[in-house]
Amino acid sequence: MGSVSEETVPVPGRAYLLGQPGEGDVTPELLSTDIWTDAMVQQAGIPIVDVPLVTIGGGIGSFVLCDYLRIAGVPTHAVRVLSALDNPWQTYEYLTRVSQIPRRERLRSDSASRPDNIWGFPSYAFSEAIATRSFAPLWHVLVEPIFADYWTPRAGQVFAAMEREARRIRYHDMLAKGLVRVVRRRHDGGYFSLLTPPEGATSTKRIAFRSLYVHVAVGYPGLKFLPDLQRYRTQYNDYHRVVNAYEPHEHVYDQLLSRPGVVVVRGGGIVASRVLQRLMDDRQHKGAQTSILHVFRTFITGPNDGTGSQQPHVFMRRKGGDGWAYQGFNYPKSVWGGQLKERMRKLEGTDRADLYKRIGGTNTPYRRLWQAQMTQGRREGWYQTITGKVLELVPGDGGVVTKISTSRGTLERPADFVIDCTGLEADIAEHRLLADLLEHGGAGRNPVGRLDVERSFELRGARSGYGAVYASGAATLGGYFPGVDTFLGLQIAAQEIVDDLARRRFCSHIGPWRSTLQWLKWLRGTAI
Amino acid sequence: MLPTLFGRIQTRVFVLAVVGGLVTLLITPVLPEGPPYRVTFLILVAVIVVGVAWELVYHGLQQFRWEKDWPTLFGLVTIVNEAALIWLFLQLGWVPGIGHPPGLTPYLLLFVAVWLVTWLWVNGPMRVPLIRWRFRGGRVF
Repeated sequence: MGSVSEETVPVPGRAYLLGQPGEGDVTPELLSTDIWTDAMVQQAGIPIVDVPLVTIGGGIGSFVLCDYLRIAGVPTHAVRVLSALDNPWQTYEYLTRVSQIPRRERLRSDSASRPDNIWGFPSYAFSEAIATRSFAPLWHVLVEPIFADYWTPRAGQVFAAMEREARRIRYHDMLAKGLVRVVRRRHDGGYFSLLTPPEGATSTKRIAFRSLYVHVAVGYPGLKFLPDLQRYRTQYNDYHRVVNAYEPHEHVYDQLLSRPGVVVVRGGGIVASRVLQRLMDDRQHKGAQTSILHVFRTFITGPNDGTGSQQPHVFMRRKGGDGWAYQGFNYPKSVWGGQLKERMRKLEGTDRADLYKRIGGTNTPYRRLWQAQMTQGRREGWYQTITGKVLELVPGDGGVVTKISTSRGTLERPADFVIDCTGLEADIAEHRLLADLLEHGGAGRNPVGRLDVERSFELRGARSGYGAVYASGAATLGGYFPGVDTFLGLQIAAQEIVDDLARRRFCSHIGPWRSTLQWLKWLRGTAI
Repeated sequence: MLPTLFGRIQTRVFVLAVVGGLVTLLITPVLPEGPPYRVTFLILVAVIVVGVAWELVYHGLQQFRWEKDWPTLFGLVTIVNEAALIWLFLQLGWVPGIGHPPGLTPYLLLFVAVWLVTWLWVNGPMRVPLIRWRFRGGRVF
C-alpha cells in the first residue's frame, strides 16, 4: 500500500494553505503524464493536502455520499468535498427554477426519495402531513397511483430538508471551494485531484488533494441544443426568440403577458409539460392570450415502449396518448429496487443497451391538471399539436418561422418564440474532468457511451494501488443500475459505494443497530 | 413497494413471523371468545403458508404493470381475499391442528390487527433497521 495518510492536513475555511515555493501551477509535464509521483507535484510547487477521500462535484451526489459516510461514522476531517458550489442543491435549484419549478411547485420525485434521509422514512408526504396538520398527503400516497397522480414533494421542502441535514452532518466543514479538472493516479497508490481554488483564496494557483479514494459526481456534462436551433441562433444572432427551457427565459412569459403571441414548444418530456403548464397557467390566471403550437417528433397514440413499438409485449406496455408517453418517474419505478433493477444488474453489452432503450424514451407523468388544461386548449383552439421533423428555423413575419417536414408535406409555422424542451444531453467528454479521466485516468465507456462503472460504482480501469475512483449520477447512465440521475438513484449509488468502502475497511458497515441509532439521531436533529 | 418474487416471499415470511407474531402474542388474550394461543398462532402460520401462494399470484399480476411496482393500496386491500380464503379453509377444517375454529368476530379482529400493523410496518419503519431492503426487491437476507 502507498503512503497515503489516513490523517488530514487541517483545512480551516477557504484560505487554507501557506505559500509554497514555485508557481504552484500545473506543468505540461504533469498534464501529459498519466501517473504522477509525489516529487513531480512538489517540483511544480503545488501544495499537497492529504485526505483519505475526496468527492468532486459538490452537488446532490456528493451530498448524499457525505451523508452516508457520516452516518457510517466517518469524521469530517477524513472527507473533502471539492466544489465550486456553496450548497449542494444550488445547481439543481437553478435548473428546476428556470424550467418552471420554483420552490412552491412540486417536483417529479417519489415521496420516499429523500436526499436528506437515507432511510426514506418518514417520507416527504409524512413530514408534510405533520407540518401542515393534514391527513391529505397520507391519503394521497395511500391511493396513488390508482386513484390519484403520484404524490410528489414541493421543491422548497426538499431544499429546506437538505439544508437541515447539511448542518446536522457538518457538510460545510468538509467543503473546499474550487474547480477540479484533473484527477490523476498516483505512482504509490491513490490519486491526486487538482483543485483550482477561487482567485485570491490561496497563494498558489492549484492545490493537489492526495487521497486514497475519489468520488466523482459532477452532474450533467452539459445540455446540447438541437442542431437546427443552434444554427438559427448563431446564424441570425437571435438568442431572444429561440430559447432552451434550461436557460433563463422569463422574458418569453413577460412578453406573452403584455401582448398576444404564438409559441412553438418542442419536446415530449417533463420539461415540455412544465413549460406548457406555465403558458396555460398564464392564460387562465393572468389573462395571457397565447397560442401554443406543440411540435412532436414522434406522436404517441396509445400503448408504447421506448423502442417505438406500437404493439409492445403485454408485460412491457407503457400508457400513452395525445402525443405523450406516460410514466410516473423518469424510469419505470422498479428500476429503483425491484424487478427491473435486479434484471438490469445481470445484463451486459447490447442486452443491457436494449433494455435501456425499451424502458427509456421521452416520457412525462400523467397529471390530471395537465390533462384538463390541454383538453381545454384543444377545445378552444389555442393548443395545437403537429408531428414531424423540423427542417430549419428562419426569421420572418416579425418572428421566427419553423419549417416542418410532416406527412402532409413541408409546413411553415410563424411564431413569436420557440422554446426547446428536448433536453439533449451532451457527451460526457464535453466535461473537462470526465474527458481527462477517459484520456488519462484509465476510465472507459459503458454500452450507452457514458462512464463504465462496476455494480459498486467503482470506475472500471481507474484503480490505483489500493485506491479506487467511484462515480455516480448522470455520467454513469448505462451501467448495471439505470436510475442514476435521480434522488433515489444517487442514494442507491452512495449505499453501494459506502458498502464497498466498508469492505475496504474505510468505514463501518451500516448494520441494523447503527442504522436505527443513527435514524433516532436524525429524527431528533442531533448533529453528528 | 417494488418487490421481486423472492423479495415478496422473504418479506411475507419475515414480517408476518416477527411483527405478526408480536401482534398475535399481544392481541390473543383480549380477543372475544378467548381463542387459545395455539389456535391464533396456527392461523398466523396458515396466513404465511397460504400467503406464499398468494405472492405467486400477485407477482403474476404485477407483470401487467409497466412500472413493475406493487402500490401501497394493493398491499392493504389484499386483506379481503386473503382473510376470506383462510376463513373458508377454517370452515372446511383444512387448517391442520384447529378442530374448532374461532368465531367470525375474534377471527376478523385478529386478522385485521395483524394485517394493519404489518402493512404499516413494511410501508415505513421497516426501512429504518434494514436500509438495503427497499433497494433489493424486499429481500431481507
